[in-house]
Amino acid sequence: MKYKSQKVAYWFFALSMLLLILQITYGFVMGFARIGMDGLHEFIPFNTARAVHTNLLVVWLLSGFMGAAYYIIPEEAQNELASVKLAYVQLISLAVVGVVAVVGYHFNYWEGRKFLEIPRPLDYLVVVNVLLFLGIILVTLFKGKRKTTTALVLSMGLLFAALLYLPGMIPFDSQVTDSFFRWWVVHLWVEGVWELIMGGILSFLLIKLTGVDREVIEKWLYVIVGLTFLSGVLGTGHHYYYIGVNKIWLIVGGIFSALEPLAFLAMALFAVNMYRKGEKKHPNKIALYWTLGSAIVSFVGAGLLGFAHTLPQTNLYTHGTLVTAMHGHLAFWGAYGMIVLAIISYSLPNLTGRKLYDSSRGRMAFWMANIGMVGMTVAFGVAGVAQVYLERKFKMDFMEVQAEISIHFVVLILCATLFATGVVLYIIDFYKHGTPTDEALEVKE
Amino acid sequence: MLSKKQARAFFLGGTLVTFLIFIGLTVYSFMGENDQTNKEKLTDSVVRGKEIWESNNCMGCHTLLGEGAYYAPELTKVVDRMNFKYDGNGENVIKSILMSEGPWQPNGRKMVAYGMTEAEASDVVDFFKWIGEIDLNGFGEVVGVDRKISPLSKGKN
Repeated sequence: MKYKSQKVAYWFFALSMLLLILQITYGFVMGFARIGMDGLHEFIPFNTARAVHTNLLVVWLLSGFMGAAYYIIPEEAQNELASVKLAYVQLISLAVVGVVAVVGYHFNYWEGRKFLEIPRPLDYLVVVNVLLFLGIILVTLFKGKRKTTTALVLSMGLLFAALLYLPGMIPFDSQVTDSFFRWWVVHLWVEGVWELIMGGILSFLLIKLTGVDREVIEKWLYVIVGLTFLSGVLGTGHHYYYIGVNKIWLIVGGIFSALEPLAFLAMALFAVNMYRKGEKKHPNKIALYWTLGSAIVSFVGAGLLGFAHTLPQTNLYTHGTLVTAMHGHLAFWGAYGMIVLAIISYSLPNLTGRKLYDSSRGRMAFWMANIGMVGMTVAFGVAGVAQVYLERKFKMDFMEVQAEISIHFVVLILCATLFATGVVLYIIDFYKHGTPTDEALEVKE
Repeated sequence: MLSKKQARAFFLGGTLVTFLIFIGLTVYSFMGENDQTNKEKLTDSVVRGKEIWESNNCMGCHTLLGEGAYYAPELTKVVDRMNFKYDGNGENVIKSILMSEGPWQPNGRKMVAYGMTEAEASDVVDFFKWIGEIDLNGFGEVVGVDRKISPLSKGKN
């Protein structure tokens, strides 16, 4: 690492890892409930497990993004963070809000709006927290010696992510408008501004790992985020097909959603080509695995599998079935989970001074987690397609269909076990690196 | 060959244009006759029903308008479906499930026992009825009662 204040990133990453393990645990609670083993129903009913599972996902990714920003921005801006103390205050308050929300979900304290279950009073705390974070990042950036495209794209992504949280806080009496504006947050986050954050992190990692000229990488970064917004903003329409708004969205959403895979394809081609062009062979191979893996898996999970059910004719039947869960799992894992694990793999040796990047444990973690997640995606897919045909096409009763497809959840749990083992190995590696130290400051990259 | 400046212009220009179109389409879809959100029938009890729906995170198991958690049945058109299944007695069946003190568990899959009052349950039913009347561009028919009897489901519907 080059700046002392980058150390704060480590603690955001550590929080991220803790929440990831909790998220997976609640995933198992749901998986077992689906095969009839719901002994925890009294304490953790399915809706609690579900809210905890998705919200922890959002918080561990955000914590990872924040850690990434605290690591990347000083190095890009060539400046120490504006305030390390405030960064720690922000970390602790993020953890507190997260814990209060998750505990609240066990006591019926929530809002019941998918992905945005955090109750309004806590929403305000989230806003304060994010403002504090943005303040630290933006002051650091603008007081810095240089303003790189990578840093600007990353900061812009974080700023818009904060702004777009606001439409989700507006109260509506109608379920339709409520849902309509909820997607402004959820869709425009994951298929819009979060991709700026992902693009920023990806570009930083490629510059560091491949040695390709910054100008070349950053030019393509603009093209990719340009494609993302060009397709992603109007692609929001695919959430509006069947929720009670005008038919115009069937056309607009259909066309622009079909373009969405292009941005992810460009991202994958970009990462692989930069790797091929690169003359520098960085010794941190495992960070390279996660970086290229993220670009490729996000294309498959978010791009291809997303496209598989965003055509209006298909979505009429797949809307509200397990097909969505199939796409959701591989998309979030590839695009956001893996990019956070990539930046952690890259920065950890630099923060702690321990270069453990050639361990077989690290490679095992990568392959087990990925093969496990692909298996889970297939299990969800098979269950989802079976559900579509039996329930939506052959018109069987919902619960009878669930009984028919429960066997696929046994497969899901087996694959999830493989996935979780990979993640645990990754976290063991994380732990073995020890904590960050100023002695690592001189380490040449 | 594309320069960095052109790439930036493509990003900023493209983003601005699509955002403006997006805002325009949003306004268009809630304007006058284009609005199909059934807002004119939004009564106080429907709004109370929605609050109950949200404060208990029903979407954490069920889906509504196709949105939710896929663990429990889609509730768009649920009143129609239950009427069909229970010979016009659907509303009362739904209410009794919501008012039940013990867990309702069709096929062994448990639902939280909410023990609602009659008034609360009736608000939720009004909310479901309101949802059922929305024009969903064809989705209502997919999850509704006009179910063709297929060879696989013979005798089970």
